[in-house]
Amino acid sequence: MSEMLEMGRYGVYVWSSYALFGTLLAWDVLAPRLRARRVLREVARRQQREQARKAA
Amino acid sequence: MNPVLRWFHQLGSPPTFNAFAARWAPWLYAAALPLLAYGVWAGLFVVPPDYQQGDSYRILFVHVPSAWMSLFIFGVMALNAFIALVWRIKLSETLAMCCAPIGAGFTLLTLATGSLWGKPMWGTWWTWDARLTSELVLLFLYLGVIGLYAAIEDRRAAARAACFLALVGVVNVPIVHFSVEWWNTLHQGATIRLIGKSTMDASMIAPLIAMTFGTKFWFAASLLARTRVATLELEGGKDWVRRLAGGPTR
Repeated sequence: MSEMLEMGRYGVYVWSSYALFGTLLAWDVLAPRLRARRVLREVARRQQREQARKAA
Repeated sequence: MNPVLRWFHQLGSPPTFNAFAARWAPWLYAAALPLLAYGVWAGLFVVPPDYQQGDSYRILFVHVPSAWMSLFIFGVMALNAFIALVWRIKLSETLAMCCAPIGAGFTLLTLATGSLWGKPMWGTWWTWDARLTSELVLLFLYLGVIGLYAAIEDRRAAARAACFLALVGVVNVPIVHFSVEWWNTLHQGATIRLIGKSTMDASMIAPLIAMTFGTKFWFAASLLARTRVATLELEGGKDWVRRLAGGPTR
C-alpha cells in the first residue's frame, strides 16, 4: 500500500497533480452554485423591498 | 420554419435556455464523473510505469487532458464570440464569457501539473520555452477576457469588447499546438495522433481517452451551469427570474 502511494519516489509530484485536478473540479462545480444562490437571494430581497414600498 | 431551426431560435430566449440548462447540466455531470473516476483510478493504479519516466508520467493523465481542454475551450469561446459579434446573439455573448473562467482554470492546471512534472524530469519547475511560454500567454488571454468583461460597466458593451479580444486571441491556439514542432523545445512532441500512428503504448490510451471525454462532458455541464447563473443575473429584473426567486411578480 505505502509502495503504491510512494509512486517510486515521485509521490509528491503525482499526488499534488491529482489533488490540484480535484480542487479545480470542486471549485468549478461549487462556484456557479454559490453564485446562483446569491443572485436569487438578491432578486428576492429586491422584490421584498418593492412590496414593502408598495404597502407603505 | 424547420423544427430544428425553431428549437435553436427558442433556445436563445433566456427562460427557455434556463430550463434547458437546468435539465441537462446534471446529466452531463453524471456522464463526466464515471469517466473521470475510471481515468484517475486507471492512471494512478492500473497502467504500468513508463520504462523511462517511472511513475512520474502518471501526471500525464491530468496534464494532457487539461492542456487539450485549455485549447478546446478557447476555441468554443472564440466561436461563440464570433457568433455574438456577427449576429449579436445575446446568449452567445454570455456563453463566450462563461467559457473564460473554466478555460483559465484548465490552463492554470496545465501549467501547474506541467511544473510538477518538469521538476523531477527536467530538473526545473519552469523554463521559457515555446510550449510553456505560449501556454502562459493563453492564461493571460483568458484573464484578459475576464478582466475586460468585468471592467466595463455596460454589460453588452463589455461583452462585445471581451468577445473581440477572445476572437483575436484565438491565433494563439495553433501557436500553442504547433510550438513543439516549430521551435526547439524541452517539451516533448505529440505522442497521440488522430491521423497516423500514436507512439504511446495501447494500455495507456484507454484512461487518457476516458479523461479526455470526461473533461469534455464536465466542461459542457459547467458551461451550462455558469451560463444559466449569468443569465439569471443579467435578467434579474424580469418576471421569469422573479418567479424562480420565489417572490411575487409585478
